[in-house]
Amino acid sequence: MIHYLLGILLFVIGLYGVLVKRNLFKIIIGLIIMEYATFLLFALVGFREHGTAPIQPGVAGKVFVDPLPQALVLTAIVIGLGTTALIAGLAVRIYEKYGTLDIRKIKKLKG
Amino acid sequence: MVNSIPLFVVIPLGCAFILPVIGRRWERAGDLFANLVTVTLLGLAIWSVRFIRETTVYHVGGWGAVNGIPIGIYLVRDGLSIFMLVVVNLIAFVATLYSINYMEYFTDKTKYYTLFMLMLAGMNGVILTGDFFNLYVFIEIAAIASYALVAFGTEAEELEAAFKYQVMGSVGSGFILLGIILLYSYTGTLNMADVGRVILDKGASNLVWFVNVLFIVGFGLKAAVVPFHMWLPDAHPSAPAPISAMLSGVLIESIGVYPLTRIMYNVIGFDGVLSNILIVLAIISMMIGGLLALWQWDYKRLLAYSSISQVGYILLGIGLGTPLGLLGALFHLFNHSAFKGLLFLDSGSIVYSVGTRDLREMGELDRRMPITSKTNLVAAMSIAGVPPFNGFWSKLIIIIACIQAGRYGVAGWAILGSILTFAYILKAERYAFYGKAGRDVADVKESPPFMCIALIILAVICVVAGLMLLPNVRETILFPVVNTLTSGTEYIWRVLR
Repeated sequence: MIHYLLGILLFVIGLYGVLVKRNLFKIIIGLIIMEYATFLLFALVGFREHGTAPIQPGVAGKVFVDPLPQALVLTAIVIGLGTTALIAGLAVRIYEKYGTLDIRKIKKLKG
Repeated sequence: MVNSIPLFVVIPLGCAFILPVIGRRWERAGDLFANLVTVTLLGLAIWSVRFIRETTVYHVGGWGAVNGIPIGIYLVRDGLSIFMLVVVNLIAFVATLYSINYMEYFTDKTKYYTLFMLMLAGMNGVILTGDFFNLYVFIEIAAIASYALVAFGTEAEELEAAFKYQVMGSVGSGFILLGIILLYSYTGTLNMADVGRVILDKGASNLVWFVNVLFIVGFGLKAAVVPFHMWLPDAHPSAPAPISAMLSGVLIESIGVYPLTRIMYNVIGFDGVLSNILIVLAIISMMIGGLLALWQWDYKRLLAYSSISQVGYILLGIGLGTPLGLLGALFHLFNHSAFKGLLFLDSGSIVYSVGTRDLREMGELDRRMPITSKTNLVAAMSIAGVPPFNGFWSKLIIIIACIQAGRYGVAGWAILGSILTFAYILKAERYAFYGKAGRDVADVKESPPFMCIALIILAVICVVAGLMLLPNVRETILFPVVNTLTSGTEYIWRVLR
């Protein structure tokens, strides 16, 4: 149980970073922490105490870890890579246009 | 025909990969291929309407159920999916047609169409999928493409809007994924129907409630329901006009409202508490969206706020949960796609010809741009709820549904919301087309032919969509769609069968 709570805590830390930080790249790091907390939780869901890899054929009575979340986490990590690359690219272009990374100074849009 | 189901994802995805290769040599390839794809998909979606009463399941890769337990990814086509497919592909078709001329403005048309196709593949996938993780993947495909499309102009404002949009969008996706993980830990399966079956067997625990909250926040962020709406008025106006039409017209509905509705009604099971939460969110959205729209002077920004308010109506009907409420909500969803798409395309035509989005600098455009001004008038009448245009009927149905459900207060808010709608759209109409010109408009011309054709198609739909409520027509088109929702968790047995 404690593992799950720690995972949720990590998620909340990431959310805190997104909501409170003023620097574009710190916001991005917050997003990454959030993402990785969910991945960690996902891998934990498939974990079994004393489990082995589910690749041996013909073994009965052995405990296997659930392989599905591991496969899905791999997919999710690749998606995470794509979003992180895009948002970091956006941040660099914003820096070129505005000359600052402070979101308080980046506000041409209002209303 | 089971095999036509994956085509909705495969065709645009394939086009998105082919375009960058051949587009390098051949400038016009994007125009041709993108339009071919959207025409094909629209034809396919309309052809699918004949299966609107059936539930067809396609097993991706041929992986069916083993001992009654689904192990592969399922694509499910039922009444609601077909309805959404028609809406999405209709607006996509009009948007690509419009892009032929409009996107001359920008530099790299091929990249634009590539992203457009990716977004379309993502949306069609979200609508068809019957698997939770697959849902997340398709949502991300559609969302990432839309982040890039919002930033497509790469001006300072557009980059800023895209950044804001992506931060909020990623937080939303994070909540959705967290919800999916917790559901998986509770049920041990990712197939939506199977998850529903396990929840029916085990009963809904507190964990399921927590998941509900996560989904409401996550999909609420995607659909820009009011406490989570801050990104929308920045992001939607910043995109090129056809993309604004896609984002406001169908994206917020297909990756926000639709999955939420599907999960609430068909998987987890809808009840009174959820209904109250949705109704409260809907009323806040209607009011705040409408009030903020009144203050705007930027035409596209006004329309973006109005989207928030109209999505409130859709949510209100869905929250009521009565068959009539659902009918109104789904019909309004269709109508909102048509008239909001049209309004955004009209605003694009104005930007194309006049070069401004500020209402104070427009005026006297009714003589200079006859087609734009007439179609805009049709859309404005529709959104304001003037009979016999389509928006009137859907709002009327929603308000009647409120009264029928005994919620007179809610009906009052809905009427107030439609008065607000009337006010802000009248303001836009007066300043843009009939008021005194804020600048010299003598040399303003009507927009090029493809843009006009796109506008006329949507205007015709706005006028005739009310016919969908005629007896016989509604029984064949709208009622089966409502049925897929009102039959609730029967969805599980139709899919697992």
